[in-house]
Amino acid sequence: MCLAIPGKIVELFPGVPHLASVEVAGVRRKVDLGLLQDDPPTSGDWVLIHVGFAMSKISEQDALEQMQTLMILGENEQAMQEVRGYGLDDADDHNVS
Amino acid sequence: MKPETATASTPAKVHFHEPQIEMAHGAGGIASRRLIEGLFAPLLLGSANEPLGDSAALEVAGVRVAITTDCFVVKPLCFPGGSIGELAINGTVNDLAVSGARPEAIVATFVLEAGLPTEVLEAEVRAMGQAARQAGVTIAGGDTKVVEHGKADRMYITTTGVGSFLSGVHIRPRSIRPGDKVILSGPIGDHGITILLARGELDLEANLSSDTRSVFPLVEAMTHAAGAGIRWMRDPTRGGVATALNELARDCGRGVHLNEDKIPVRDSVRGACELLGLDPLHIANEGQFLAVVSPEYSDMALNALCQSDGGEDAVIIGEVHEQPAGSVLITTGYGGSRIIDMLVGDPLPRIC
Amino acid sequence: MRFVDEFRDPGVITRTADEIRRLVDPNRHYRLMEVCGGHTHAIYRFGLKDILPPNIELIHGPGCPVCVLPMGRIDDGLSLAHHPDVIFTAFGDMMRVPGTQGSPLEHKARGMDVRIVYSPSDALKLAKTNPDKHVMFFAIGFETTAPSSALTLMRAKAEGIRNFSLFCNHVTIIPAIRAILDSPDMRLDAFIGPGHVSTVIGCRPYEWIVKDERKPIVISGFEPLDMLQSIVMLLRQLKSGKAKVENQYRRVVPWEGNRAALRAMAEVFQLRPYFEWRGLGFISQSALRIRDTYAEWDSEQRFNVPGVRVTDPKAAQCGEVLKGVLKPAQCKLFGRECIPEHPVGALMVSSEGSCAAYYNYEHRKAITTSLAWPA
Repeated sequence: MCLAIPGKIVELFPGVPHLASVEVAGVRRKVDLGLLQDDPPTSGDWVLIHVGFAMSKISEQDALEQMQTLMILGENEQAMQEVRGYGLDDADDHNVS
Repeated sequence: MKPETATASTPAKVHFHEPQIEMAHGAGGIASRRLIEGLFAPLLLGSANEPLGDSAALEVAGVRVAITTDCFVVKPLCFPGGSIGELAINGTVNDLAVSGARPEAIVATFVLEAGLPTEVLEAEVRAMGQAARQAGVTIAGGDTKVVEHGKADRMYITTTGVGSFLSGVHIRPRSIRPGDKVILSGPIGDHGITILLARGELDLEANLSSDTRSVFPLVEAMTHAAGAGIRWMRDPTRGGVATALNELARDCGRGVHLNEDKIPVRDSVRGACELLGLDPLHIANEGQFLAVVSPEYSDMALNALCQSDGGEDAVIIGEVHEQPAGSVLITTGYGGSRIIDMLVGDPLPRIC
Repeated sequence: MRFVDEFRDPGVITRTADEIRRLVDPNRHYRLMEVCGGHTHAIYRFGLKDILPPNIELIHGPGCPVCVLPMGRIDDGLSLAHHPDVIFTAFGDMMRVPGTQGSPLEHKARGMDVRIVYSPSDALKLAKTNPDKHVMFFAIGFETTAPSSALTLMRAKAEGIRNFSLFCNHVTIIPAIRAILDSPDMRLDAFIGPGHVSTVIGCRPYEWIVKDERKPIVISGFEPLDMLQSIVMLLRQLKSGKAKVENQYRRVVPWEGNRAALRAMAEVFQLRPYFEWRGLGFISQSALRIRDTYAEWDSEQRFNVPGVRVTDPKAAQCGEVLKGVLKPAQCKLFGRECIPEHPVGALMVSSEGSCAAYYNYEHRKAITTSLAWPA
């Protein structure tokens, strides 16, 4: 129920609106876009593919935001440790990365 | 699979008790091993406790020769990068090469299905001739049988090859020690994925071809530079790198640790595997080999490969440890690990 | 691979694991259940347990559609393969699952026409290219896969393809989660929610879990960073005493789900009054059947299906493992009578079954490894 892979739409077929050629790391397969008919994707869009059907459009914005959130996880803690180092703690307790 | 030293022996007890032969028994994984170790080996090789290798060593009139045989069944017969004819030559050439022998001569037998168009047969025989010339082997003879339509998948080819052992090379799995390095000659999965796609059942297209080739030139270069340090070699055909290394781990009683980040896989092989839920480590290769080399010689061995034509992508993918004894462990760049086992049968695409 | 590799970045994974370590209360034992079999598979494939602190216990849930299929249903499907003009098609996941007379692959070895397909649309294509045969598709899966089955039947009807039918074993996830929470032996702190099911049903269907059961749930993606981030989010909720539905997998999962997919399912399927789940017993309103308007494409209406109930051997403890009450290694048959080569229950044969995952990837690891997180 769970194996779904991001792929990029590389070709649409004018005579067959519900089919598209989707590429995953150089492998191409015709994928049915019927489940995305309310907001059909276009060439260049990324979609999530499961059993030959596109399930969802992938939001590049959300993906970017997720990575940014994760990147600052460690940074927040580093900042906190720096601040602690300035305080009333032991002289040894300086920034540790 | 053959014992490393062949001698005539009295039959030992069969311990294969399954009522019928299934496809899994030919897939190169756990079931295959059970059939070979449980039925073929006891009856034909006696109670020899030698690990089974890719070739056997024979002594004929005082001269040591390597001998090996393999049968080739592939659907479709032709695929990007090659056909059954090339596989039949290169497969046997490679079995000799990874046993540390120079391939010298091959005999071939054909089982042909009545109704097979002559032009198909001619194309395969031409391909064999070409592959043999490229590999520097003589085709010394052969045999042909024709069976009724429906009794063979168009054509089955068996090749038996003999070779002369390279000097300075002593392949002995029992000499493997913790700290020995595992070298892989190049990217994995090309052949198996090419075949899977060529069957057309999954409707996938990719710019991929089989990696079928003779690995002897690479083996020769490596043994020339570092022969004294080579403990073991194998070509990871059906069952993939996972099967070959599991057999190694069981035969030498050690653990094999692999570094996932180091294993070379082409983008499209990776893409197909992710789409289908397959692991490249279980996919067949026809133009790569694995070697276990002592740490004193591993850099020399690797350099020799990387400097050779077709060996540029060779890499050290792991090393031998004490534990987990008999198993293969693979670790990611962030420290997550898992055991990699042999499969029961052929790898199957999954959706879950 | 875009949208995959970034979420496998080793440096970011290590930092996220650090954050998890900072968030856990060392005096607390956390029991987090991942509902979906795909998450079970990901945990083992990416070795996530090695980088989580030891007081986080991941409990495998029943979201494996192969694992919950009673053996009798496999027999029913395979009985159709015995018809000389039928081509039996199924996903690769089904091929080694044993029925009482053997698995689909074993039936193939005995001469029946059994074929693997990647997509139900490939099965429909087979029907078009084999007009003198009947192509039957053995459909499995939760709500992730049901819409594809539905759309395929809609296309079959629209194109008038009559030599095609679907044997429907689609099940729904919410009743499975309810069965877990209703189980008296179950002590859980929070859920890692099924990311791909949620692309279809959205996040609303889980609201009763936080309201009635007061347990946090985070809808998670399947890459290592997705699962680790979901654990961070769950730990933060547990720390603050909150219980909310959160969507970690925002790049793919819409809060409201996929309306077109839900419409297709409603058009073709309706809920069965009850359905037997292997190991969990009969659960009402938990599975789909094909509507009468699509009767012609329903294998159960086109053919006579035996419908025999097959109970699992008493010694097999599939149910308890499915519910997460037992670990795979605690089942008496694990590693002996029941191994991937000769599985007794489907949890050992399915690639995302917890028994198979544990057997293949984990239980021989028993070594002191320097990879383990320092205590």
